[in-house]
Amino acid sequence: MARAMTSDLPTRQPSGAAVARPARISALAAGFRADKRRQTIISIALIGPLVAFIVFAFVLPLATMLFYAINNPEVRNALPKTLVALETWDGHSALPPSAYDALVADIKSDVPPNVLAEAGRRMNYEITGFRSLLAKTVRNVRSAPVQPAEQQLVSIDAQWRDPAYWRVIKRNASPLTAFYLLSAVDLRPGADGGVTLAPAEERLFLSTLLRTLTISACVTLICVLLAYPIANAIVSIGGRFSAIMLACVLLPFWTSLLVRTSAWIVILQKEGIVNRALQALGLTDAPLELIFNRTGLYIAMVHILLPFMVLPLISVMKGISPSYVKASLSLGASPVTTFLRVYLPLTLPGVGAGCLLTFIISAGYYVTPTLVGGASDQMLSYFIAFYANTTINWGMSAALGVLLLSCILALYAIVGRIVGIDRIMGME
Amino acid sequence: MKKRNLLSAIAVAVTIVATTVWAADTGKLTVVGAGGVLQDAERNAFFEPFAKASGVALTEDSYSGQMAKVRAMVSSGSVSWDVMQVEQNTLLSGCAEGLFEPLDWSKVGKREDFIPEAYNECGVGAFVWSMVPTYDKSKLSNGPATWANFWDTKTWPGKRGFRQTAKMTLEIALLADGVQPGDVYKVLATKAGQDRAFAKLDQIKPDIIWWTSGAESLERLAAGDVVATATFNGRVSAANATGKNFALVWNGQVYGIDYWGIVKGSPNKANAEKFIAFAASEAAQSVFPESIAYGVTNLKAIRTIRPELARDLPTTEANLASAVGLNTEFWADNGEALEARFATWRAQ
Repeated sequence: MARAMTSDLPTRQPSGAAVARPARISALAAGFRADKRRQTIISIALIGPLVAFIVFAFVLPLATMLFYAINNPEVRNALPKTLVALETWDGHSALPPSAYDALVADIKSDVPPNVLAEAGRRMNYEITGFRSLLAKTVRNVRSAPVQPAEQQLVSIDAQWRDPAYWRVIKRNASPLTAFYLLSAVDLRPGADGGVTLAPAEERLFLSTLLRTLTISACVTLICVLLAYPIANAIVSIGGRFSAIMLACVLLPFWTSLLVRTSAWIVILQKEGIVNRALQALGLTDAPLELIFNRTGLYIAMVHILLPFMVLPLISVMKGISPSYVKASLSLGASPVTTFLRVYLPLTLPGVGAGCLLTFIISAGYYVTPTLVGGASDQMLSYFIAFYANTTINWGMSAALGVLLLSCILALYAIVGRIVGIDRIMGME
Repeated sequence: MKKRNLLSAIAVAVTIVATTVWAADTGKLTVVGAGGVLQDAERNAFFEPFAKASGVALTEDSYSGQMAKVRAMVSSGSVSWDVMQVEQNTLLSGCAEGLFEPLDWSKVGKREDFIPEAYNECGVGAFVWSMVPTYDKSKLSNGPATWANFWDTKTWPGKRGFRQTAKMTLEIALLADGVQPGDVYKVLATKAGQDRAFAKLDQIKPDIIWWTSGAESLERLAAGDVVATATFNGRVSAANATGKNFALVWNGQVYGIDYWGIVKGSPNKANAEKFIAFAASEAAQSVFPESIAYGVTNLKAIRTIRPELARDLPTTEANLASAVGLNTEFWADNGEALEARFATWRAQ
């Protein structure tokens, strides 16, 4: 920008300028340039913190997550010689004898034990039992006298005859892997380099993803149906009563998520307030199952997410002049037509913003489904937390994060196409 | 007024410096437990007596058994935890992957002074806990006292509580299906055995309510959401001590050991070793079961426990008759695959 300005300057000068003037003009131009530079520096300094914040809070964590989802250093670090020996092996023919020697050499090298253990854990993801097989082999090889490698390995465990184990070692020669990302969509690397579907009892994530999206969509729908009349009432009533209504909507915002969720458990449980009231009124004989299932999850999530829908709606509805509706009515349209063809289209940016916000937030829900949901109500973030915290399989955790993120981005793109992101953001 | 403020500020500063200097003399130590009544008992038996005897400034923290934080600490090199109470399989894999310091057993004691399972390269057994069946005797005079009875929803209608993990739940399912305690892992190691365990769980799947924290399991039982639950034996005894009347059944208990381990790169390693030696000593361990009904690992301590107390511990011989000891090697290998299958199965 600044450069364009300065190069523009000379051409703008009138061609018949006096001889004495160029010096003054160039001084002026220099001053102008210096001024421009200072402004640029100031504006950079002003947005600097924001840029730094975005880099550290969003770009770096996301990049790290993407990297973890494909990073594959474990086997390369632990078994370099074995990988070299397996380089020419096709995965089917007889194993080159040098592979056995190389594996024993790798185990006997001064690789720290934890590096071998990490490789064992990594390969255990692909074949259950590899961890203990490698651990056992390391223990025995390191303490045993020198002997022919093949014989030694097979005598430690005959499983070393099985080419499947060697194929897993060979497969992990590359520093990057698609294994985690494939697993995140229930695929496994096949024996011949292809990709196969995971066995039925291990197919987990696609159905969980579908469930996550379904729950989020239902919560969003319930929220919009509840929030629309509320927002409209708050805007049209005005005065003190509308302030009270707004406060009621915002009140849950001021208590912690955990407290609100636990409160629902107390209210909805078998001997809770709701069930007792229903029974006292004679509406039911036995207590209803209101919690630890999908019903309880919807109740708790809608309660928490309602403000995210109400607030964008209010801000859009406030900007709609009542004269549009009056004009429509005075021109003879019925109230229903007026709503459908005048008011509703005008509020669509608010609906879009509220839905997008609610959907994205609910797709990442973790605490609430864990506490008030049943076994079949757990969402994808449950498994992200499970792999990150419990099994410490950060590759898998990151891959599931990538899966969730790409779904949200796809949704964002679709909504952007249909409603227009500019309209939703109110930047139209 | 201002002068007095300044003076008191100086006084506070001096006190802080003095305490730091004093603390630096004997050093610091951060011990991490699992929280709740268990950590209260550890404070009673181990933390406070150790701090008093050694002068070490002991800080407590607690965690929920998840190792992600430790892994992050070790890989970033900023370790703020010294000693941790860890479950057996966590210790096993953490030790192999370099998350725990190898333990210098010469500083702890003789290996033969402990029950055999208490020995580990990276840790010493802290206590023995157990997963047992229980029910509320104030509601059911004759409740489901075996795992097989848990599956009898005709005689005892209502929900059952189980811990939301494949670990221990699959063992329980096989015990309920008639597998002998000694054969549980032999069966579970095969694909057919795993299918058998899941098929058994299928029979009562709609009647199961899953819990994640020990406290939750007994709250559900007390609230009547479940009529019977699998839970930690120490919780049952603790609840009964506060006036509840829960059954304590040892038939088919599945027991595991928790260990003390030192986090790799601990800044107070010498104190950590001293603490572990103290916590493994006969004197400290014989106090521990007074506060919570978990077994201990020091053989001499086991002998000194009062008989009326010993009756309620998982390590007592009579209670071990039909017990299954958690096979951590099995779970280190199969844990991730079986937990994933378990999660899939639960969601179906």
